[in-house]
Amino acid sequence: MLSIDALHVTYGGAVQALRGVSMEIPDGEVVAVLGSNGAGKSTLLRAISGTLRLHRGRVDSGSVRFGDDQLSGRDPAQTVRMGLVQVPEGRRIFGRLTVEENLRAGGMGNRDKAAKARARDRVYELFPVLQERSGQRGALLSGGEQQMLAIGRALMASPKVLLLDEPSLGLAPRIIGQIGEVIAEINRQGTSVLLVEQNATMALGVADRAYVLDVGEVSLSGPAAELSRSDEVQRLYLGHGSDETAAVTASAPRRTLSRWTA
Amino acid sequence: MTQFLSLLLNGISLGVLYALIAMGFVIIFKASEVVSFMHGSLLLLGAYSIARLSGPLGFFPAILVGMLITATAAFIVERLIINRLRGAPVISLAIVTIGVDIILLTELIRRLGSDILNVPHPWGGESFRIGNVGLSQNRLIAILVAAVLIALFFAAFKYSNWGIAMRASAEDGETAALMGIRQGQVSALAWVVAGVLAAVAALFLVGSPTPGVTPAAYAVALRAFPAAILGGLDSVGGALVGGLLIGIAEALAAGYQDQLLFLGRGFSAVVPFIVMIAVLLFRPSGLFGTRELTRV
Repeated sequence: MLSIDALHVTYGGAVQALRGVSMEIPDGEVVAVLGSNGAGKSTLLRAISGTLRLHRGRVDSGSVRFGDDQLSGRDPAQTVRMGLVQVPEGRRIFGRLTVEENLRAGGMGNRDKAAKARARDRVYELFPVLQERSGQRGALLSGGEQQMLAIGRALMASPKVLLLDEPSLGLAPRIIGQIGEVIAEINRQGTSVLLVEQNATMALGVADRAYVLDVGEVSLSGPAAELSRSDEVQRLYLGHGSDETAAVTASAPRRTLSRWTA
Repeated sequence: MTQFLSLLLNGISLGVLYALIAMGFVIIFKASEVVSFMHGSLLLLGAYSIARLSGPLGFFPAILVGMLITATAAFIVERLIINRLRGAPVISLAIVTIGVDIILLTELIRRLGSDILNVPHPWGGESFRIGNVGLSQNRLIAILVAAVLIALFFAAFKYSNWGIAMRASAEDGETAALMGIRQGQVSALAWVVAGVLAAVAALFLVGSPTPGVTPAAYAVALRAFPAAILGGLDSVGGALVGGLLIGIAEALAAGYQDQLLFLGRGFSAVVPFIVMIAVLLFRPSGLFGTRELTRV
Protein backbone atom coordinates (compact mmCIF):
# COMPACT_ATOMS: atom_id res chain seq x y z
CA MET A 1 0.00 0.00 0.00
CA LEU A 2 1.16 3.48 -0.89
CA SER A 3 0.19 5.93 1.80
CA ILE A 4 0.61 9.65 1.92
CA ASP A 5 0.32 11.35 5.23
CA ALA A 6 -0.14 15.09 5.90
CA LEU A 7 2.18 15.98 3.04
CA HIS A 8 3.32 19.60 2.73
CA VAL A 9 5.35 20.59 -0.33
CA THR A 10 6.73 24.01 -1.25
CA TYR A 11 8.51 25.24 -4.35
CA GLY A 12 11.47 27.56 -4.06
CA GLY A 13 10.86 27.84 -0.33
CA ALA A 14 7.86 30.08 -0.92
CA VAL A 15 5.02 28.63 -2.96
CA GLN A 16 2.95 26.09 -1.05
CA ALA A 17 1.73 23.52 -3.52
CA LEU A 18 0.43 20.84 -1.13
CA ARG A 19 -0.95 21.64 2.30
CA GLY A 20 -1.47 18.56 4.35
CA VAL A 21 -2.56 16.01 1.78
CA SER A 22 -3.30 12.50 3.01
CA MET A 23 -4.40 9.60 0.87
CA GLU A 24 -4.06 5.87 0.49
CA ILE A 25 -3.58 3.72 -2.57
CA PRO A 26 -4.33 0.15 -1.44
CA ASP A 27 -2.73 -2.75 -3.32
CA GLY A 28 -4.66 -3.76 -6.38
CA GLU A 29 -6.88 -0.70 -6.59
CA VAL A 30 -7.23 2.18 -8.99
CA VAL A 31 -7.29 5.50 -7.20
CA ALA A 32 -8.16 8.69 -9.08
CA VAL A 33 -7.06 12.18 -8.12
CA LEU A 34 -9.15 14.94 -9.67
CA GLY A 35 -8.54 18.64 -9.61
CA SER A 36 -8.19 21.66 -11.81
CA ASN A 37 -4.95 23.29 -12.96
CA GLY A 38 -2.76 24.28 -10.05
CA ALA A 39 -4.53 22.03 -7.57
CA GLY A 40 -1.26 20.22 -6.82
CA LYS A 41 -1.84 17.00 -8.76
CA SER A 42 1.52 16.96 -10.50
CA THR A 43 3.27 17.99 -7.30
CA LEU A 44 1.76 14.97 -5.58
CA LEU A 45 3.20 12.66 -8.25
CA ARG A 46 6.58 14.36 -8.13
CA ALA A 47 6.71 13.87 -4.39
CA ILE A 48 6.12 10.15 -4.91
CA SER A 49 8.48 9.65 -7.86
CA GLY A 50 11.33 11.66 -6.37
CA THR A 51 11.50 14.34 -9.04
CA LEU A 52 10.53 17.26 -6.80
CA ARG A 53 14.16 18.32 -6.57
CA LEU A 54 14.38 18.79 -10.33
CA HIS A 55 11.68 21.43 -9.94
CA ARG A 56 13.18 23.05 -6.86
CA GLY A 57 10.43 21.61 -4.72
CA ARG A 58 10.83 20.24 -1.20
CA VAL A 59 8.82 18.12 1.21
CA ASP A 60 8.41 20.29 4.31
CA SER A 61 6.59 17.81 6.46
CA GLY A 62 4.52 14.69 6.23
CA SER A 63 5.51 11.42 4.62
CA VAL A 64 5.13 9.19 1.61
CA ARG A 65 5.42 5.53 2.48
CA PHE A 66 5.32 2.44 0.30
CA GLY A 67 4.71 -0.54 2.52
CA ASP A 68 7.22 0.01 5.29
CA ASP A 69 9.64 2.10 3.24
CA GLN A 70 9.88 5.84 3.46
CA LEU A 71 9.91 7.31 -0.08
CA SER A 72 10.70 10.97 0.47
CA GLY A 73 14.37 11.74 -0.07
CA ARG A 74 14.96 8.89 -2.50
CA ASP A 75 16.05 9.61 -6.03
CA PRO A 76 13.87 8.67 -9.02
CA ALA A 77 15.98 5.63 -9.94
CA GLN A 78 15.57 4.16 -6.44
CA THR A 79 11.85 4.78 -6.59
CA VAL A 80 11.63 2.91 -9.89
CA ARG A 81 13.58 -0.02 -8.42
CA MET A 82 11.13 -0.14 -5.53
CA GLY A 83 8.30 -0.64 -7.99
CA LEU A 84 6.74 2.78 -8.45
CA VAL A 85 6.87 4.12 -12.00
CA GLN A 86 5.42 7.36 -13.28
CA VAL A 87 4.09 8.06 -16.76
CA PRO A 88 4.77 11.78 -17.15
CA GLU A 89 2.20 14.33 -18.20
CA GLY A 90 2.16 15.01 -21.92
CA ARG A 91 3.55 11.50 -22.63
CA ARG A 92 7.16 12.71 -23.07
CA ILE A 93 8.18 9.74 -25.18
CA PHE A 94 11.70 9.83 -26.62
CA GLY A 95 10.82 11.02 -30.12
CA ARG A 96 14.21 10.31 -31.66
CA LEU A 97 14.35 6.77 -30.32
CA THR A 98 12.45 3.96 -31.97
CA VAL A 99 9.47 2.37 -30.26
CA GLU A 100 11.63 -0.62 -29.37
CA GLU A 101 14.34 1.62 -27.90
CA ASN A 102 11.77 3.57 -25.92
CA LEU A 103 10.65 0.32 -24.36
CA ARG A 104 14.25 -0.66 -23.61
CA ALA A 105 14.77 2.71 -21.96
CA GLY A 106 11.76 1.95 -19.78
CA GLY A 107 13.25 -1.37 -18.70
CA MET A 108 16.59 0.18 -17.75
CA GLY A 109 15.88 0.07 -14.02
CA ASN A 110 15.05 -3.62 -14.22
CA ARG A 111 18.04 -5.95 -13.99
CA ASP A 112 16.12 -9.16 -14.23
CA LYS A 113 16.31 -10.26 -17.89
CA ALA A 114 13.47 -12.76 -17.65
CA ALA A 115 11.19 -10.20 -15.99
CA LYS A 116 12.02 -7.75 -18.75
CA ALA A 117 11.14 -10.26 -21.45
CA ARG A 118 7.84 -10.99 -19.70
CA ALA A 119 7.14 -7.27 -19.39
CA ARG A 120 7.79 -6.79 -23.09
CA ASP A 121 5.44 -9.61 -24.06
CA ARG A 122 2.80 -8.09 -21.81
CA VAL A 123 3.24 -4.64 -23.37
CA TYR A 124 2.99 -6.02 -26.90
CA GLU A 125 -0.09 -7.98 -25.89
CA LEU A 126 -1.74 -4.89 -24.44
CA PHE A 127 -0.71 -2.70 -27.36
CA PRO A 128 -0.28 -4.79 -30.54
CA VAL A 129 0.19 -1.58 -32.51
CA LEU A 130 3.51 -0.99 -30.73
CA GLN A 131 4.83 -4.29 -32.02
CA GLU A 132 3.80 -3.37 -35.57
CA ARG A 133 5.68 -0.10 -35.25
CA SER A 134 8.61 -1.27 -33.17
CA GLY A 135 11.19 0.02 -35.66
CA GLN A 136 9.65 3.46 -36.07
CA ARG A 137 10.76 6.59 -34.32
CA GLY A 138 8.54 7.59 -31.43
CA ALA A 139 7.90 11.02 -32.89
CA LEU A 140 6.10 9.46 -35.85
CA LEU A 141 3.37 7.84 -33.75
CA SER A 142 -0.05 9.41 -33.35
CA GLY A 143 -1.02 11.00 -30.04
CA GLY A 144 -2.94 7.94 -28.89
CA GLU A 145 -0.13 5.60 -29.88
CA GLN A 146 2.36 7.81 -28.07
CA GLN A 147 0.28 7.54 -24.91
CA MET A 148 0.23 3.77 -25.30
CA LEU A 149 4.01 3.83 -25.76
CA ALA A 150 4.40 6.00 -22.66
CA ILE A 151 2.34 3.54 -20.61
CA GLY A 152 4.09 0.55 -22.17
CA ARG A 153 7.49 2.07 -21.45
CA ALA A 154 6.56 2.45 -17.79
CA LEU A 155 5.27 -1.15 -17.66
CA MET A 156 8.70 -2.37 -18.80
CA ALA A 157 9.94 -1.76 -15.26
CA SER A 158 7.28 -4.22 -13.98
CA PRO A 159 5.87 -1.68 -11.51
CA LYS A 160 3.79 -2.57 -8.50
CA VAL A 161 2.21 0.88 -8.64
CA LEU A 162 1.72 2.78 -11.88
CA LEU A 163 1.45 6.56 -11.53
CA LEU A 164 -0.37 8.16 -14.45
CA ASP A 165 -0.27 11.92 -14.94
CA GLU A 166 -3.20 13.01 -17.11
CA PRO A 167 -3.08 10.24 -19.71
CA SER A 168 -6.13 11.69 -21.50
CA LEU A 169 -4.48 15.04 -22.17
CA GLY A 170 -5.02 16.16 -25.74
CA LEU A 171 -6.52 12.90 -26.97
CA ALA A 172 -9.73 12.28 -28.91
CA PRO A 173 -12.71 11.00 -26.87
CA ARG A 174 -12.63 7.58 -28.52
CA ILE A 175 -8.95 7.18 -27.63
CA ILE A 176 -9.63 8.34 -24.05
CA GLY A 177 -12.15 5.51 -23.80
CA GLN A 178 -9.46 3.03 -24.91
CA ILE A 179 -6.98 4.43 -22.39
CA GLY A 180 -9.60 3.87 -19.68
CA GLU A 181 -9.97 0.24 -20.76
CA VAL A 182 -6.21 -0.23 -20.79
CA ILE A 183 -5.94 1.12 -17.25
CA ALA A 184 -8.64 -1.28 -16.09
CA GLU A 185 -6.82 -4.18 -17.79
CA ILE A 186 -3.44 -3.26 -16.27
CA ASN A 187 -5.11 -3.14 -12.88
CA ARG A 188 -6.77 -6.52 -13.46
CA GLN A 189 -3.29 -7.98 -14.06
CA GLY A 190 -2.33 -6.91 -10.56
CA THR A 191 -0.81 -3.44 -10.74
CA SER A 192 -2.18 -0.69 -8.52
CA VAL A 193 -2.81 2.59 -10.31
CA LEU A 194 -2.74 6.17 -9.14
CA LEU A 195 -4.53 8.09 -11.85
CA VAL A 196 -4.29 11.87 -11.90
CA GLU A 197 -6.84 13.32 -14.28
CA GLN A 198 -8.85 16.31 -15.32
CA ASN A 199 -11.16 14.10 -17.32
CA ALA A 200 -13.38 13.05 -14.43
CA THR A 201 -15.74 10.92 -16.52
CA MET A 202 -12.97 8.55 -17.57
CA ALA A 203 -11.19 8.63 -14.22
CA LEU A 204 -14.29 7.91 -12.12
CA GLY A 205 -15.26 5.22 -14.63
CA VAL A 206 -12.18 3.09 -13.90
CA ALA A 207 -11.31 4.11 -10.34
CA ASP A 208 -12.28 2.31 -7.16
CA ARG A 209 -11.93 5.42 -5.10
CA ALA A 210 -11.15 9.04 -5.76
CA TYR A 211 -9.82 12.18 -4.15
CA VAL A 212 -10.52 15.73 -5.24
CA LEU A 213 -7.63 18.14 -4.78
CA ASP A 214 -8.37 21.81 -4.44
CA VAL A 215 -5.55 24.35 -4.08
CA GLY A 216 -3.26 21.90 -2.35
CA GLU A 217 -5.82 20.23 -0.07
CA VAL A 218 -8.08 17.23 -0.34
CA SER A 219 -11.58 18.69 -0.54
CA LEU A 220 -13.54 15.50 -1.24
CA SER A 221 -12.80 11.82 -1.12
CA GLY A 222 -14.61 8.52 -1.21
CA PRO A 223 -15.54 5.57 -3.40
CA ALA A 224 -15.55 6.62 -7.04
CA ALA A 225 -19.15 5.62 -7.65
CA GLU A 226 -20.32 7.71 -4.72
CA LEU A 227 -18.24 10.71 -5.71
CA SER A 228 -19.52 10.71 -9.24
CA ARG A 229 -23.07 11.06 -7.87
CA SER A 230 -22.21 13.96 -5.59
CA ASP A 231 -23.47 17.39 -6.64
CA GLU A 232 -20.16 19.11 -6.35
CA VAL A 233 -18.29 16.69 -8.57
CA GLN A 234 -21.18 16.65 -11.02
CA ARG A 235 -21.18 20.41 -11.27
CA LEU A 236 -17.40 21.03 -11.28
CA TYR A 237 -15.98 18.04 -13.13
CA LEU A 238 -18.66 16.18 -14.97
CA GLY A 239 -20.31 19.18 -16.59
CA HIS A 240 -23.88 18.43 -15.48
CA GLY A 241 -24.75 21.91 -14.33
CA SER A 242 -27.72 22.36 -11.99
CA ASP A 243 -30.70 24.24 -13.47
CA GLU A 244 -29.72 27.41 -11.74
CA THR A 245 -26.27 27.73 -13.33
CA ALA A 246 -27.69 26.70 -16.67
CA ALA A 247 -30.21 29.56 -16.46
CA VAL A 248 -27.46 32.05 -15.71
CA THR A 249 -25.47 30.91 -18.68
CA ALA A 250 -28.47 31.16 -20.94
CA SER A 251 -29.40 34.66 -19.92
CA ALA A 252 -25.89 36.03 -20.13
CA PRO A 253 -25.44 38.33 -23.08
CA ARG A 254 -24.02 36.25 -25.88
CA ARG A 255 -21.70 37.56 -28.46
CA THR A 256 -22.59 36.64 -31.96
CA LEU A 257 -20.22 36.60 -34.84
CA SER A 258 -20.40 39.72 -36.90
CA ARG A 259 -18.43 41.22 -39.65
CA TRP A 260 -15.22 42.66 -38.33
CA THR A 261 -14.67 46.25 -39.35
CA ALA A 262 -11.99 48.54 -38.16
CA MET B 1 46.70 13.64 -59.41
CA THR B 2 49.09 11.57 -57.30
CA GLN B 3 49.68 14.61 -55.16
CA PHE B 4 45.96 15.06 -54.73
CA LEU B 5 45.44 11.40 -53.78
CA SER B 6 48.33 11.57 -51.34
CA LEU B 7 46.92 14.66 -49.72
CA LEU B 8 43.46 13.16 -49.62
CA LEU B 9 44.76 10.06 -47.89
CA ASN B 10 46.69 12.21 -45.43
CA GLY B 11 43.60 14.30 -44.85
CA ILE B 12 41.52 11.22 -44.13
CA SER B 13 44.11 9.94 -41.66
CA LEU B 14 44.09 13.29 -39.89
CA GLY B 15 40.31 13.48 -40.17
CA VAL B 16 39.64 10.17 -38.40
CA LEU B 17 41.81 11.35 -35.50
CA TYR B 18 39.87 14.61 -35.33
CA ALA B 19 36.72 12.53 -35.45
CA LEU B 20 37.82 10.48 -32.42
CA ILE B 21 38.35 13.67 -30.44
CA ALA B 22 35.18 15.31 -31.72
CA MET B 23 33.10 12.25 -30.83
CA GLY B 24 34.33 12.72 -27.29
CA PHE B 25 33.13 16.32 -27.30
CA VAL B 26 29.76 15.23 -28.61
CA ILE B 27 29.04 12.48 -26.11
CA ILE B 28 30.11 14.71 -23.24
CA PHE B 29 27.79 17.36 -24.53
CA LYS B 30 24.93 14.90 -24.91
CA ALA B 31 25.37 13.22 -21.55
CA SER B 32 26.33 16.14 -19.31
CA GLU B 33 25.23 19.19 -21.30
CA VAL B 34 28.74 20.56 -21.02
CA VAL B 35 30.87 21.92 -23.81
CA SER B 36 34.18 20.52 -22.65
CA PHE B 37 37.04 22.88 -23.35
CA MET B 38 39.48 20.65 -21.53
CA HIS B 39 39.97 18.21 -24.35
CA GLY B 40 43.22 19.85 -25.37
CA SER B 41 44.90 19.11 -22.09
CA LEU B 42 43.35 15.64 -21.92
CA LEU B 43 44.91 14.92 -25.28
CA LEU B 44 48.26 16.22 -24.12
CA LEU B 45 47.95 14.23 -20.90
CA GLY B 46 47.39 11.08 -22.95
CA ALA B 47 50.37 11.79 -25.20
CA TYR B 48 52.58 12.70 -22.26
CA SER B 49 51.68 9.61 -20.23
CA ILE B 50 52.24 7.25 -23.14
CA ALA B 51 55.59 8.87 -24.00
CA ARG B 52 56.84 8.88 -20.40
CA LEU B 53 55.71 5.37 -19.59
CA SER B 54 56.82 3.60 -22.73
CA GLY B 55 60.40 3.67 -21.44
CA PRO B 56 59.82 1.82 -18.16
CA LEU B 57 56.77 -0.22 -19.18
CA GLY B 58 57.27 -0.92 -22.84
CA PHE B 59 55.20 0.51 -25.65
CA PHE B 60 51.95 -1.44 -25.57
CA PRO B 61 51.49 -1.51 -21.78
CA ALA B 62 52.20 2.22 -21.84
CA ILE B 63 49.32 2.74 -24.26
CA LEU B 64 46.94 0.93 -21.94
CA VAL B 65 48.12 2.78 -18.86
CA GLY B 66 48.06 6.09 -20.77
CA MET B 67 44.46 5.47 -21.79
CA LEU B 68 43.64 4.59 -18.21
CA ILE B 69 45.26 7.77 -16.87
CA THR B 70 43.45 9.99 -19.37
CA ALA B 71 40.11 8.29 -18.74
CA THR B 72 40.62 8.56 -14.99
CA ALA B 73 41.40 12.27 -15.25
CA ALA B 74 38.19 12.79 -17.23
CA PHE B 75 36.25 10.68 -14.73
CA ILE B 76 37.57 12.66 -11.78
CA VAL B 77 36.63 15.96 -13.37
CA GLU B 78 33.14 14.66 -14.07
CA ARG B 79 32.61 13.30 -10.55
CA LEU B 80 34.19 16.15 -8.61
CA ILE B 81 32.97 19.10 -10.60
CA ILE B 82 30.53 18.53 -13.43
CA ASN B 83 28.26 16.12 -11.57
CA ARG B 84 28.00 18.45 -8.59
CA LEU B 85 27.12 21.41 -10.77
CA ARG B 86 24.34 19.62 -12.63
CA GLY B 87 21.72 22.12 -13.65
CA ALA B 88 24.12 25.06 -13.62
CA PRO B 89 24.01 27.25 -16.73
CA VAL B 90 25.81 25.76 -19.74
CA ILE B 91 28.06 28.80 -19.93
CA SER B 92 29.36 28.49 -16.37
CA LEU B 93 30.08 24.80 -16.86
CA ALA B 94 31.99 25.56 -20.05
CA ILE B 95 34.05 28.16 -18.22
CA VAL B 96 34.74 25.70 -15.42
CA THR B 97 36.18 23.28 -17.98
CA ILE B 98 38.37 26.11 -19.33
CA GLY B 99 39.69 26.61 -15.81
CA VAL B 100 40.48 22.92 -15.35
CA ASP B 101 42.09 22.91 -18.78
CA ILE B 102 44.45 25.76 -17.90
CA ILE B 103 45.52 24.10 -14.65
CA LEU B 104 46.20 20.73 -16.29
CA LEU B 105 47.89 22.32 -19.30
CA THR B 106 50.19 24.47 -17.17
CA GLU B 107 51.32 21.44 -15.20
CA LEU B 108 51.93 19.40 -18.34
CA ILE B 109 53.92 22.20 -19.99
CA ARG B 110 56.00 22.54 -16.85
CA ARG B 111 56.76 18.84 -16.93
CA LEU B 112 57.52 18.81 -20.64
CA GLY B 113 59.86 21.77 -20.39
CA SER B 114 61.56 22.44 -23.67
CA ASP B 115 62.21 18.79 -24.49
CA ILE B 116 60.48 16.98 -27.22
CA LEU B 117 59.40 13.63 -25.86
CA ASN B 118 59.24 10.87 -28.38
CA VAL B 119 56.78 8.05 -28.41
CA PRO B 120 58.75 5.04 -29.65
CA HIS B 121 56.17 3.74 -32.10
CA PRO B 122 57.40 0.29 -33.16
CA TRP B 123 56.20 1.11 -36.69
CA GLY B 124 58.68 4.00 -36.74
CA GLY B 125 58.67 6.78 -39.29
CA GLU B 126 58.47 4.64 -42.39
CA SER B 127 56.05 5.29 -45.18
CA PHE B 128 53.71 3.07 -46.98
CA ARG B 129 53.32 3.44 -50.73
CA ILE B 130 50.98 2.35 -53.47
CA GLY B 131 52.53 3.63 -56.67
CA ASN B 132 53.35 7.20 -55.96
CA VAL B 133 50.66 7.70 -53.34
CA GLY B 134 52.27 7.62 -49.92
CA LEU B 135 51.24 7.79 -46.30
CA SER B 136 53.26 7.37 -43.14
CA GLN B 137 52.78 3.97 -41.59
CA ASN B 138 51.77 5.65 -38.38
CA ARG B 139 48.85 7.34 -40.09
CA LEU B 140 47.89 4.19 -41.95
CA ILE B 141 47.61 2.32 -38.67
CA ALA B 142 45.75 5.32 -37.28
CA ILE B 143 43.12 4.96 -40.00
CA LEU B 144 42.68 1.27 -39.29
CA VAL B 145 42.50 1.61 -35.52
CA ALA B 146 40.22 4.63 -35.71
CA ALA B 147 37.92 2.83 -38.14
CA VAL B 148 37.57 -0.07 -35.70
CA LEU B 149 37.01 2.25 -32.75
CA ILE B 150 34.50 4.38 -34.61
CA ALA B 151 32.58 1.29 -35.69
CA LEU B 152 32.58 -0.06 -32.14
CA PHE B 153 31.50 3.31 -30.83
CA PHE B 154 28.59 3.58 -33.25
CA ALA B 155 27.48 0.05 -32.49
CA ALA B 156 27.54 0.76 -28.75
CA PHE B 157 25.74 4.02 -29.26
CA LYS B 158 23.02 2.35 -31.30
CA TYR B 159 22.55 -0.99 -29.59
CA SER B 160 23.94 -1.04 -26.07
CA ASN B 161 21.98 -0.15 -22.96
CA TRP B 162 24.47 2.64 -22.36
CA GLY B 163 23.80 4.08 -25.82
CA ILE B 164 20.04 3.99 -25.33
CA ALA B 165 20.31 5.44 -21.83
CA MET B 166 22.54 8.20 -23.14
CA ARG B 167 20.27 9.09 -26.05
CA ALA B 168 17.19 8.97 -23.83
CA SER B 169 18.66 11.23 -21.17
CA ALA B 170 20.06 13.61 -23.80
CA GLU B 171 16.60 13.96 -25.24
CA ASP B 172 14.65 14.37 -22.02
CA GLY B 173 16.57 14.13 -18.77
CA GLU B 174 13.64 14.25 -16.39
CA THR B 175 11.71 11.52 -18.18
CA ALA B 176 14.83 9.38 -18.39
CA ALA B 177 15.19 9.77 -14.63
CA LEU B 178 11.54 8.73 -14.20
CA MET B 179 12.36 5.54 -16.10
CA GLY B 180 15.08 4.72 -13.60
CA ILE B 181 18.03 5.81 -15.74
CA ARG B 182 20.82 7.19 -13.56
CA GLN B 183 22.11 10.23 -15.33
CA GLY B 184 25.20 10.40 -13.14
CA GLN B 185 26.34 6.98 -14.40
CA VAL B 186 25.57 7.81 -18.01
CA SER B 187 27.51 11.03 -17.75
CA ALA B 188 30.52 9.51 -15.96
CA LEU B 189 30.80 6.78 -18.58
CA ALA B 190 30.63 9.38 -21.35
CA TRP B 191 33.63 11.21 -19.88
CA VAL B 192 35.56 7.97 -19.54
CA VAL B 193 34.89 7.04 -23.16
CA ALA B 194 35.84 10.55 -24.29
CA GLY B 195 39.09 10.25 -22.32
CA VAL B 196 39.97 6.93 -23.95
CA LEU B 197 39.20 8.26 -27.43
CA ALA B 198 41.38 11.33 -26.78
CA ALA B 199 44.28 9.14 -25.62
CA VAL B 200 44.08 6.96 -28.72
CA ALA B 201 44.00 10.04 -30.94
CA ALA B 202 46.98 11.42 -29.01
CA LEU B 203 48.96 8.21 -29.56
CA PHE B 204 48.83 8.67 -33.33
CA LEU B 205 48.93 12.44 -33.44
CA VAL B 206 52.38 12.58 -31.85
CA GLY B 207 53.82 10.05 -34.31
CA SER B 208 55.20 10.57 -37.82
CA PRO B 209 54.85 12.98 -39.60
CA THR B 210 54.50 15.08 -36.41
CA PRO B 211 57.75 15.49 -34.45
CA GLY B 212 56.72 14.17 -31.00
CA VAL B 213 55.05 15.29 -27.80
CA THR B 214 55.15 19.07 -27.66
CA PRO B 215 52.62 21.51 -26.27
CA ALA B 216 51.60 21.95 -29.92
CA ALA B 217 49.61 18.72 -29.58
CA TYR B 218 47.24 20.80 -27.53
CA ALA B 219 46.28 22.88 -30.56
CA VAL B 220 45.15 19.73 -32.35
CA ALA B 221 42.23 19.35 -29.97
CA LEU B 222 41.29 22.93 -30.67
CA ARG B 223 41.03 22.01 -34.34
CA ALA B 224 38.82 19.06 -33.49
CA PHE B 225 36.44 21.47 -31.85
CA PRO B 226 35.31 22.99 -35.17
CA ALA B 227 34.83 19.39 -36.35
CA ALA B 228 32.31 18.77 -33.57
CA ILE B 229 30.61 22.12 -34.06
CA LEU B 230 30.20 21.91 -37.79
CA GLY B 231 28.86 18.39 -37.56
CA GLY B 232 26.29 19.63 -35.07
CA LEU B 233 27.34 19.47 -31.45
CA ASP B 234 24.81 16.81 -30.56
CA SER B 235 25.36 14.37 -33.41
CA VAL B 236 28.01 11.63 -33.30
CA GLY B 237 27.58 11.02 -37.02
CA GLY B 238 28.16 14.73 -37.50
CA ALA B 239 31.39 14.52 -35.51
CA LEU B 240 32.69 11.83 -37.87
CA VAL B 241 31.76 13.77 -41.01
CA GLY B 242 33.00 17.04 -39.49
CA GLY B 243 36.31 15.45 -38.52
CA LEU B 244 36.91 14.07 -41.99
CA LEU B 245 35.92 17.36 -43.61
CA ILE B 246 38.28 19.37 -41.43
CA GLY B 247 41.13 16.87 -41.80
CA ILE B 248 40.88 16.77 -45.59
CA ALA B 249 40.52 20.56 -45.90
CA GLU B 250 43.54 21.07 -43.70
CA ALA B 251 45.70 18.56 -45.55
CA LEU B 252 44.77 19.99 -48.94
CA ALA B 253 45.46 23.54 -47.80
CA ALA B 254 48.85 22.43 -46.48
CA GLY B 255 49.72 20.51 -49.63
CA TYR B 256 48.74 23.24 -52.03
CA GLN B 257 50.16 26.03 -49.98
CA ASP B 258 52.43 27.10 -52.82
CA GLN B 259 49.37 27.84 -54.91
CA LEU B 260 47.77 29.56 -51.91
CA LEU B 261 50.80 31.70 -51.09
CA PHE B 262 48.80 34.94 -51.42
CA LEU B 263 47.07 33.85 -48.19
CA GLY B 264 50.40 33.56 -46.40
CA ARG B 265 52.35 30.57 -45.12
CA GLY B 266 50.81 28.33 -42.48
CA PHE B 267 47.36 29.04 -43.81
CA SER B 268 46.37 25.40 -43.28
CA ALA B 269 46.30 25.90 -39.50
CA VAL B 270 43.32 28.22 -39.75
CA VAL B 271 41.48 26.24 -42.40
CA PRO B 272 39.44 24.23 -39.86
CA PHE B 273 38.03 27.40 -38.42
CA ILE B 274 37.27 28.90 -41.82
CA VAL B 275 35.44 25.73 -42.85
CA MET B 276 33.48 25.85 -39.62
CA ILE B 277 32.43 29.46 -40.09
CA ALA B 278 31.48 28.84 -43.70
CA VAL B 279 29.30 25.85 -42.75
CA LEU B 280 27.69 27.61 -39.82
CA LEU B 281 26.75 30.60 -41.98
CA PHE B 282 24.53 28.31 -44.01
CA ARG B 283 23.54 25.80 -41.35
CA PRO B 284 23.60 27.50 -37.98
CA SER B 285 23.08 24.28 -36.04
CA GLY B 286 25.71 22.34 -37.96
CA LEU B 287 25.34 19.71 -40.64
CA PHE B 288 23.48 17.16 -38.55
CA GLY B 289 22.67 19.08 -35.38
CA THR B 290 19.26 19.42 -33.84
CA ARG B 291 17.71 22.75 -34.64
CA GLU B 292 16.71 23.90 -31.17
CA LEU B 293 20.22 23.56 -29.78
CA THR B 294 20.94 27.24 -30.17
CA ARG B 295 21.32 28.10 -26.52
CA VAL B 296 25.03 27.25 -26.36
